[in-house]
Amino acid sequence: MKNLKLLPVLCIASLLFIACSNDDDATPLPVNEEEVITTLRVTLTPINGGTEIILETRDLDGDGPNAPLVTVSGNLSANNNYRGKILLLNETVNPPENITEEVIEEAEEHQFFFTIAGGLDVSTTYIDFDSNLNALGTEFTLDTRGPSSGTITFTLRHEPTKPNTGLADAGGETDVAATFNVIVE
Amino acid sequence: MRIYALLILLLSGITAISQNCNSTLSGAIIDLHDNTVLTGATVILAATEQATLTDLEGNFSFTDLCDETYLIQISHPFCLTKVYKVKIKGVSEKTFYLEHHLEELNEVTLAGKAYGTKSKTIMEMNISKEKLEQYSSGSLGDILNSLSGVSSINTGNTIVKPVINGLHSSRVVIINNGVRMEDQEWGTEHAPNIDINTAGNITVVKGAGALQYSGDAVGGIIISEAAKVPVKDTLYGKTLVTAASNGRGSSLASQLTKSYQNGWYGTIQGTLKRFGDFEAPEYILSNTGVFERNTSFRMGINRFNYGVEGYYSLFKNEIGILRASHLGGAQDQVRAINSDRPLIINDFTYTIDAPKQDVTHHLARLKAFKKFEGLGKVTLQYDFQQNNRLEFDIRRGADQDDASLDLELKTHTLLLDLDTQISEETYLKTGIMAGYQNNFANPNTGVRRLIPDYEKYDAGIYGIAEYRLNESLLVELGGRFDYSFMDVFKFYRTSFWESRNYDELFPEIIVEELGNQILTNPQLDFYNTSATAGATYQFSEDYTLFFNYSLASRAPNPSELFSEGLHHSASRIELGDLSFNSEIAHKFSMTLQRENEVFSFSINPYINTINNFIVIEPTGIQQTVRGNFQVWEYRQTNAQLLGVDIDASYVFAENLSFIHQSSLVKGYDRSRGEALIDMPPVNTKNEIVYQNKKIKNLRLALQSECVFRQNEFPDNNFDVFIPETQTTEIVDISTPPDAYHLLNFNSSIDLKTSKESSLTVGFIVTNALNTSYRNYLNRLRFYADDLGRNFLLNLKINY
Repeated sequence: MKNLKLLPVLCIASLLFIACSNDDDATPLPVNEEEVITTLRVTLTPINGGTEIILETRDLDGDGPNAPLVTVSGNLSANNNYRGKILLLNETVNPPENITEEVIEEAEEHQFFFTIAGGLDVSTTYIDFDSNLNALGTEFTLDTRGPSSGTITFTLRHEPTKPNTGLADAGGETDVAATFNVIVE
Repeated sequence: MRIYALLILLLSGITAISQNCNSTLSGAIIDLHDNTVLTGATVILAATEQATLTDLEGNFSFTDLCDETYLIQISHPFCLTKVYKVKIKGVSEKTFYLEHHLEELNEVTLAGKAYGTKSKTIMEMNISKEKLEQYSSGSLGDILNSLSGVSSINTGNTIVKPVINGLHSSRVVIINNGVRMEDQEWGTEHAPNIDINTAGNITVVKGAGALQYSGDAVGGIIISEAAKVPVKDTLYGKTLVTAASNGRGSSLASQLTKSYQNGWYGTIQGTLKRFGDFEAPEYILSNTGVFERNTSFRMGINRFNYGVEGYYSLFKNEIGILRASHLGGAQDQVRAINSDRPLIINDFTYTIDAPKQDVTHHLARLKAFKKFEGLGKVTLQYDFQQNNRLEFDIRRGADQDDASLDLELKTHTLLLDLDTQISEETYLKTGIMAGYQNNFANPNTGVRRLIPDYEKYDAGIYGIAEYRLNESLLVELGGRFDYSFMDVFKFYRTSFWESRNYDELFPEIIVEELGNQILTNPQLDFYNTSATAGATYQFSEDYTLFFNYSLASRAPNPSELFSEGLHHSASRIELGDLSFNSEIAHKFSMTLQRENEVFSFSINPYINTINNFIVIEPTGIQQTVRGNFQVWEYRQTNAQLLGVDIDASYVFAENLSFIHQSSLVKGYDRSRGEALIDMPPVNTKNEIVYQNKKIKNLRLALQSECVFRQNEFPDNNFDVFIPETQTTEIVDISTPPDAYHLLNFNSSIDLKTSKESSLTVGFIVTNALNTSYRNYLNRLRFYADDLGRNFLLNLKINY
């Protein structure tokens, strides 16, 4: 007699069990990384006219196994003044997303740093600022002096301490770090 | 009880003097609780040599009795033996009611030991209700840490995962109220979703021997059970309040139980915990707060022969992750590791910001049992779990407030178990299991799925036989077979797919190619066999020897199979392998136990040899636009873990005792001849306890906890080039931190005890000397010190 009492329990349980296994078989939607930065393109335009120099690092598989492809379109000319502009792109989506716009929107939380090393004789100056008048660095000027060669590294920090005296005390997280071998001739 | 009854019977024999002896006594034996008749009860009439068994209707009768007072003893296998005085005159009739034996009663209580005994040949370790109450504001990992051989792997101090004999995560199975937890336990930063306030008892089985639960517990099994509900008319409850100085928070846990004589019962329970930023001795650990809200309901009927129970629990936890641990790439890692203090220290706050986790776990269970004459106890259980895990990283732009990880794991399980007593000496447990699991990774996160969408079907069958050869020797033998099938939809990056040669190995699983991603449909089968064999030998009153061999097989988890990308909280790229097969472990363990009122101890050496052990280790550096990241790849190897756990207690004087425990474990990768990563260092705990029942049950305890430095570890350091200094620096992620010693104080007193209620006040100080230390098994040890001094005040009200 009492076994019968178990029957409904069993039935309900098995019903639930079966009901839940009938999920639809549609394939899942792909996810395109929204925040990934695949491309950093620095355009250096001579202020007094001349050939534009483009420094680019491009990693279309993001965190995937392929290394970024680094290209420098040409050599800088000595004793010249360039105006630099940084473009960040997410090219995993179509059309590519301009990440620089996001950085500018959140200017207070971002800053680019320019690290010159290896004997390269150039200097940089920030020309764009956030609402607190602290450096942002999506635009800058670059002045070359005599012929030299070395590296220039562009580092984008998210949530750095602002103002700061440079990378050493900026803190925050690194969103971009790209190094280019540059020759001034 | 029986001896007492016998004594009465013996003594009463003297008074029996024969006179007019033609009277009779007949009657029935009835179960006090549900008025069912008790068949096969032994009825002995003292001083007459007469004894009988009750028939199928529970009736008995005696003839040729004299008109006088007799003592009658009634015993039944599941009842307390009772002696009644009966006055006989002519034809007497009497009905006797028997009360169930308490332990037996609990064994069949749905709320109690769901599957009876867990493993007879592995020494089990228990955490009592008192200790659970003490740790009311802590987590499951915190409390298990107090057992020898059990440590924890932490992410900060609020994400605490138990480690049993050096193994954790998917290798440790957690059974919560009879339900195997399916809460994405594979990740080291995924803490068990259990509120310890729902537990009345926690048992740890350090091995895979308890096959009725699972066959893949390579490390061990943790079983959390609810407190037992008595079968009587009563209403009771308790409230626990804890306030803590570190984290400036408190917790409140309360429960109320109503039960009836007829077997019906219900319990309602809830927990609320809120802590702000915790503190290390020298600074605030910013963004480490926690906000936990849990509730559970239980209702059922528990009769001797059958029972039904419904249970539901909701666990919701929001946990902040140390802000300074969220890093960009290897260069940030260098900065963070080289700094003595966390790079981000803010003012104290209760607010929990990104990075954080927000986990919701629903668990519902329906269970029924029925005892069949000649067959045994049949238990049917259906359970459903839904785990929703949200992880928030520090993000940019419009995604700022969106989760980076949003997984929903649903699990349905159906269990049918049969417990049979074949003979006086032989006991058999068998069962079958079927399960369905579905993981859904929400694509709206804008971050590629860490764990792919999948469906998993499981089926299992087990049998465990227990045979008592004689009073002192018991042997146990068991086997289990599990089948699981995984139907997965996984997007691979084309570059990864090709670099791994998957395009040649698995071309048939490609569903669709979408530019830089490939959708695949891996379908994986796993056939797992597990077994256990053991013996328990009690060779004197005090000494028992346990011996057990367990074979456990564990199918690789989704993270080991499918990881492919940046794991932000670890600041590394993790890669799984689609071609993994099951991990197979052989564990031999032995325990020598001495149980004595003065001096007790247990020594438990073990050796666990694991083939196809899945480890993750660094294999190189990957360049990205964001900088360099270390790449960690899963691989399979042969591993061996050896260790010994020691527990001892000695009672010096009536109120003074000494408790010692220590554990040692060594783990090796036998294929490569190097140490395994993340092995708990040697540790030892020594405690002096003063307890006096006469002074309001005052208890004072001073504990010293010593954790040595782990000297055996693999070298996973790597070099990173720092452009701003034009130097190459070593990122030291291998060197374990130094040894440390902590002093803890614990006290409690029962302040007010009336018939209906009692109040217990406890005062606890942890890390009393405010020692700055770092723990090798804390993943945030690179960035910050562990917790500083903490004062806790506990109030427990029973009513």
